[in-house]
Amino acid sequence: MTRKQRRGILIGTCLAVLAIAVGLVLFAMRDSIVFFYSPSEVAEMQIEPGQRFRLGGLVEMGSVVRGEGTTIRFAITDQAKTLPVTYTGVLPDLFREGQGVVAEGSLEPNGTFHADNVLAKHDENYMPPEVAKKLKEQGVWRDDAEVN
Amino acid sequence: MIAEIGHYALILALGVAIVQAVLPLIGMRARDPQLAAVALPASQLQFLLVGIAFIALTTAFVTSDFSVLNVWQNSHSAKPLLYKFSGVWGNHEGSMVLWVLILALFGAAVAVYGSNLPKQLQANVLAVQGALAAAFLLFIIATSNPFARIDPAPFDGMGLNPVLQDPALAFHPPFLYAGYVGFSMAFSFAVAALIDGRIDAAWARWVRPWTLAAWMCLTIGIAMGSWWAYYELGWGGFWFWDPVENASFMPWLAGTALLHSALVMEKRDALKVWTILLAIITFSLSLMGTFLVRSGVLTSVHAFAVDPARGVFILAIMGLFVGGALALFAWRAPLLSQGGLFAPISREGALVLNNLLLTTACAAVFVGTLYPLALEALTGEKISVGPPFFNLTFVPLMIPLLIAVPFGPLLAWKRGDLPGAAQRLMAAAGIALGVTVIMLAINQRGPWLAPFGIGFGFWLIMGAATEISYRVKLFEASGGEIWRRLRNLPRAAFGSALAHAGLGLTVIGIVATTAWGSEKILALKPGDTTDIAGYHLAFNGVAPRQGPNYSERVALFNVTRNGREVIELTPSKREFMAEQSSTTEAGIYTSWRGDLYVVLGDALKDGAYTIRVYFHPLVWLIWFGAVVMFIGGAVSLFDRRLRVGAPKRAETKAAPVPAGE
Repeated sequence: MTRKQRRGILIGTCLAVLAIAVGLVLFAMRDSIVFFYSPSEVAEMQIEPGQRFRLGGLVEMGSVVRGEGTTIRFAITDQAKTLPVTYTGVLPDLFREGQGVVAEGSLEPNGTFHADNVLAKHDENYMPPEVAKKLKEQGVWRDDAEVN
Repeated sequence: MIAEIGHYALILALGVAIVQAVLPLIGMRARDPQLAAVALPASQLQFLLVGIAFIALTTAFVTSDFSVLNVWQNSHSAKPLLYKFSGVWGNHEGSMVLWVLILALFGAAVAVYGSNLPKQLQANVLAVQGALAAAFLLFIIATSNPFARIDPAPFDGMGLNPVLQDPALAFHPPFLYAGYVGFSMAFSFAVAALIDGRIDAAWARWVRPWTLAAWMCLTIGIAMGSWWAYYELGWGGFWFWDPVENASFMPWLAGTALLHSALVMEKRDALKVWTILLAIITFSLSLMGTFLVRSGVLTSVHAFAVDPARGVFILAIMGLFVGGALALFAWRAPLLSQGGLFAPISREGALVLNNLLLTTACAAVFVGTLYPLALEALTGEKISVGPPFFNLTFVPLMIPLLIAVPFGPLLAWKRGDLPGAAQRLMAAAGIALGVTVIMLAINQRGPWLAPFGIGFGFWLIMGAATEISYRVKLFEASGGEIWRRLRNLPRAAFGSALAHAGLGLTVIGIVATTAWGSEKILALKPGDTTDIAGYHLAFNGVAPRQGPNYSERVALFNVTRNGREVIELTPSKREFMAEQSSTTEAGIYTSWRGDLYVVLGDALKDGAYTIRVYFHPLVWLIWFGAVVMFIGGAVSLFDRRLRVGAPKRAETKAAPVPAGE
C-alpha cells in the first residue's frame, strides 16, 4: 500500500465519522431541544398542549398546595403573569415559595402546566440566569440576592 | 493576622510566578542557561508561597475565624471538622486557591523530578506553568480575594450549604481539580515543545505519566460527583447531561484520547502534531470547564453564584492561553517532523480510530453544551439541550468505539493481523453474543437495544481477559511458562486491560439501571406496605431525631425479601438551623442486585407521606467500573518504564519496541 493510499484511507475514515456525527447532531437538534419560556411568553404564544418546554420564574407566595395525594400544585410567576403547575413526586430540597425554579413539562388541555421535572438550585442565592434575565427585563428584579 | 499572611503570600506568589514565566524566555533569547534555570527555584518558591496561603485559609476555616468574610459566608462553628476543611474549597474563592495550589505543585514537581529533561525544555515548561499560575493568581487577588476581612466580626458563620456537607463531595473537588490542572502539564509541555520547535519520543515519555495521573484523578473525581448526585439529591439519577457535568466530561474524553495518542508517539514516534494539538485542546477544555462553572452563564444545578466580572476575567485568561497556544501551534507545528509510517490495520491505526471517535464524541458534547449559549447570544431565544440530544449523538458514536476496543491491544504495531485478532477474540465474542441472546430472551419491559448494551459490556471485559491470556499463552504453555510470562508482562499491559474492563463494567451498570430500573411514587400511611423488584417494604412511621448541626424527621422502613429480614431503611429530611435549609437523605440498600432507594417526601393532610421508591439494578457497577479504571491507571503509572523518576530512562531514544509491547 502506498503512502498516498494510506493517507486516503485515513482521511476517508475521518470524513465518514465526521459526516455521521454532523448528521446525528442535526437530527438530534431538530427533535430534542427544549425551549425556555416565562409565564408571560406562554400567555402570549399559542403553545400546543403536549409540546415540551421549560417554564421558569418564581414560585408564587402562598401558592403551594401539598397533601392531595402525591401531586403537588403551585404557581410559577414572573410578576406579570402566573401559570398553575402540577407536579407528581418529591420536590427538590431548595424548592421554596418565592424562590426561582425551572420546571420542565408540557401544558395540559385545561391550561395547567404539568411538570415532570423541577429544578431548584443548590445555592440558595443562585437564580437561574434565564429567570434573572426575564425578571430584570420586566423590572421586578431586586438585587437582594447579595449577602445580607 | 494569619489571613494577612495568607494574602501577602498570594501576592508574593504572583510576583514569583511572573519571574518564573519571563526569565526562561529571556534566558533562551540571550542563550544564558543560568538565567533560564532561575525557573527551577522560582517554581518551588511559588509552591511554598501558595501553600502558605492555602494553610492560612484552612487555619481560618478550622479555627472559625469569622472576621474573614469567606469563612463567615461558608462556615459555622457547629460544623463537623471534616466540613470545616472541605469548606475551604466548597466556595469560589477557596476553590481557586486550591486550583492554583495544585498547579504550583505540578510546576514544582517538574523542577524537582525533571533533572533528566533537556534543560531548555524544562525551563520552557516551567515558564508556561508560571504564566498560567500568574494569570490565575492575578484573578484571585483582583476579583476573588479569599482573605477579605469583615468588621465587626460576626458572632457566628452562615454555614456551608448542607447538600455540600457530605464525605464524597468533600473530596470531589480536589480530585476534579487535580485532573483539570494535571492536564496543564500536557499543555505546558506542548507549548514548550512548540517554542523549542523540537519534539521527540522522550517528550511523550514525560507527558504520558502526568496525563495518566491527571486522567485518573479526573475519572475518580467525576465518578464521585456522579455518586454524590445519585444519593444526595434524591432523584436517583447518576448522570444528567447537565452543562457543568459536561464541562468535566469533555476534558475527560479529550484526555482519554490524549493518553492513547501519546502512546503512539512514545512507541512509534508518529502522530506528533496531532498529540500536541490534543494536549492543547484537553487543557483548553479544562479551562472552559472552569469558566463555565464560575461565570454563571449556564443554567446548572452545580453552578456557583458569582458575579459576571469574574466570568469576563476567566474568559480573558482562556482566550489568552488557548488563542496563544493555537496561534503558536499554527506557526510552529509545520516545523515538527513527521515520523513513523503505519498500515491502517495496526495498533497505531486502532489508536487513531480511538482518537477519532473520542474527539468526535467530545465535539458532539461540546455542541450540545454550548449551542444554547450561542443561540441565545445570536437570536435571544432560550433553549435547553437535554439528555435526548446526547443519547442520540454521543451513544451512537461510542458504539463503534466499544466494538473496536478489544481489537486494539491484540494488533501489532506498524502492521496488524485483523483476522488473527478476530480469531483470538472468538471466545470473547461468543460469550458477549451468548449474553445478548439470553438477555433478549428474558427481556420483557426494557428497550430491545438494552441487551446489546449488556453484550458490549461483556465484550469489553472478555476482550481484556483475552488480551492477558493471549500474552501469557494461557491455554498453550505449561504452568511454569505461564507464571514466567505473567511476571514479565509489563504492568502497563495489565493497566490497560483493567481500564478497558472497567469501562465494560461501567457500560453494564449504565445500561442495566437505565433500561430496567423501576420507580414508584406513593402516598403511604404508617402501617402501609409496598413491593418493588422482589423487596417488600413496610412503612413504620416517622420519628424526629437530632444530629450535630441539624434536626431530622426519619422514616422507618422494614425491608424483607422472600419473608426474610433484609435491612431497616431510614430515609430522612434534615433541617439545618444555621443555613436555614433542608436536605433529603435517601435510604439506600445496596446489594449485588442493585440499589433499593427510598426517599421521604412531604407530609400529606391525612397523615400519609409522599414516598418515592426506586430500584436501580446493578447501578453500583457504574462507579465500581470507574474505580477499576482508576486502578488500571495506577497499575500502569507504576510501570517501571514509565516511572517519572526512572533514572536515565527518559533520555534514551525510543528504541524499536517489540510488537508485544
